[in-house]
Amino acid sequence: MAAYDNLFDTLGLRDWCDADKSEAPMSMAQLLSQTQGADAAAEETGLPFPSLDVLHESCHAIGQTRDLTAGLEEGFLSIRGQLKTVLDPITQPLSWMLDGTLYVFETTPWWVMIPLLLLLSWVVSRSRAVTAFVAVVLLFFALIDHYEVAMQTLAIVFVCTGLSVLLGVPIGIGMSRSNTAQRLIVPILDLLQTLPTFVYLIPLIFLFSVTESKLYGIAIILYAIVPVIRLTDLGIRLVDQDVVEAANAFGMTPNQKLFRVELPLALPNIMAGVNQTIMMSLAMVVIASLVSAPGLGVLVLRGIRNLELGVGIVAGLGIVLLAVILDRVSKAALSRVDKQRNAQ
Amino acid sequence: MTAKISIRHLYKIFGPREKEMVAKVKAGIDKPTLLEQHSHVLGLDDINVDIQAGQTTVIMGLSGSGKSTLIRHLNRLIDPTAGEIRVDGDDIMKLGKSELRRLRQKKMSMVFQKFALLPHRTVLQNAMMPLSVQGVAASEQDREARKWLARVGLDGFEDRYPAQLSGGMQQRVGIARALTANTDIMLMDEAFSALDPLIRTDMQNLLLELQAELHKTIVFITHDLDEALKLADHLVILKDGAVVQQGEPQQILLEPATPYIEDFVSDINRARVLRVGSVTSPLSASRFDGDIDAGSTLEKLIALSDGDTNHVYRVMRGDEVIGQLDMKDLVKALVPRVRSSGESGAPKG
Repeated sequence: MAAYDNLFDTLGLRDWCDADKSEAPMSMAQLLSQTQGADAAAEETGLPFPSLDVLHESCHAIGQTRDLTAGLEEGFLSIRGQLKTVLDPITQPLSWMLDGTLYVFETTPWWVMIPLLLLLSWVVSRSRAVTAFVAVVLLFFALIDHYEVAMQTLAIVFVCTGLSVLLGVPIGIGMSRSNTAQRLIVPILDLLQTLPTFVYLIPLIFLFSVTESKLYGIAIILYAIVPVIRLTDLGIRLVDQDVVEAANAFGMTPNQKLFRVELPLALPNIMAGVNQTIMMSLAMVVIASLVSAPGLGVLVLRGIRNLELGVGIVAGLGIVLLAVILDRVSKAALSRVDKQRNAQ
Repeated sequence: MTAKISIRHLYKIFGPREKEMVAKVKAGIDKPTLLEQHSHVLGLDDINVDIQAGQTTVIMGLSGSGKSTLIRHLNRLIDPTAGEIRVDGDDIMKLGKSELRRLRQKKMSMVFQKFALLPHRTVLQNAMMPLSVQGVAASEQDREARKWLARVGLDGFEDRYPAQLSGGMQQRVGIARALTANTDIMLMDEAFSALDPLIRTDMQNLLLELQAELHKTIVFITHDLDEALKLADHLVILKDGAVVQQGEPQQILLEPATPYIEDFVSDINRARVLRVGSVTSPLSASRFDGDIDAGSTLEKLIALSDGDTNHVYRVMRGDEVIGQLDMKDLVKALVPRVRSSGESGAPKG
């Protein structure tokens, strides 16, 4: 006789409970009690309220805990077909962009690529020290024969950050426009930010084939887009309301207000968001190598799998170096904007 | 003469059920009761003001009197709960979004207490802003902006950023921006309140100079009575969202309508504000100690007479004799009207 039999009897639910009584698979507790004797079963969970497994013993209409996870899986698999039909074409360009950029970064000879990257650092940061530092790091990668993998990682980071900004800024603008939108989006952002990074990959593996680059692209973007959305919203909400009022008083249209007042004044905050987005996509790139993302992450993974300590650590430090140059360049750009704003 | 801007029975109540509350306010419920019983704030209470073209109308009141709320109704940065505002005869409550934008672009420009310049744009670009919003050709934007920047004394500063300028200079940019818009009406919301006293006097003089030349319709908000008296052609005094008295400033000074205004005007230097024309009586004397222009301040006349109260002066407006001024009348005018008995102990505002 199970613990809660009386409860269901008094409630008159016995018929409902036993309606489709069959031999359900045993729960873990039952399995343990069979092997270890009756003592373990008597202990139950030790908690003063019923668990699904305990209730199941008394009433078979109530599912076991394992039915919860199984149900979730079944549910996902049953809509997988439809989801795939919708998502596949939408996300296909992401695969093309990733593959294309990877191809360009891999095939462009170093004597074109490195000057181009240095030019980019200079244009963005306008700082000789930062540009020189970038040059040293890139040459160091070449020296230790990690140039190619570093370029692959950089290509992925470029594409994912670019798309995050492209999608994140408009979402942030929308959020700043309406308090309802903000209330709806903030919990989603919290979820994306706190969900363990590996968990992103699980449903994606079911949806797309592991050989498609959009698989890791989506995982990286979902993880890295959060700060740029948050800081765009914050930045626009923090714009001096007196200036916005002046824009209204001189008859600006909503678009003129957005592009001439709100976005420029929110720029320092948005750039801080972009900096964070770059850092987060770099962090995710390592985990994404589990699902075939090329680059330094692959080497880190090899280090773990084959216990090749040197390979793993060198690749890991390589990622740190990439992070440092990306951070320095984007921070230099941010401080340039700030300085111009508060010019003395 | 029809007014440039005419405000009729304007009410503004802040709160979620403002429309329902209007009836209660019209029935005579007062501001504290409305707040206590219905948690709505009475912002403006039956405002009726005519603003004449080419004049400076000063709206004065202490903080919380609703003056900033009132000026924001004129270009509908705030929408009223009830009432009518006509600009050049058109009811601006009926304007759609794009018509309202056109009104703000072409008819009214605004100067702000905290300057509200674009920090990422240069002085020149800030001054060009009203025209660039309207999509005027770049060369004209540039020409107009440079012209008005020079007019307010900022030539040579075109390529600086606002943060590089002092407060007074930033507000000059604000004024140049408003002038570049080339509108008939200029709304000035405590435009000089954030500036230190000497700079403020400079800016007031600049405004008077510009006004003598341009004859704009200026609506000027201030909490400073000296400033109000210096600038106003027409003075409106607000208290708790209602107009307490309005009229020609000298008139208000000589005949305050309520004890509140008496209190208000008791502290100012009357000799510097009152003008000879305001205390002139009809010609009766036969001998005069000199001629004085009606627009001169009493202070100037006291200096002229060397303080001798026996003198009588002939008052001129241009070449025309308009009356006489007995120094004894002048001295009486310097003393605020004696308050009616029983109220003498009232605290000052």
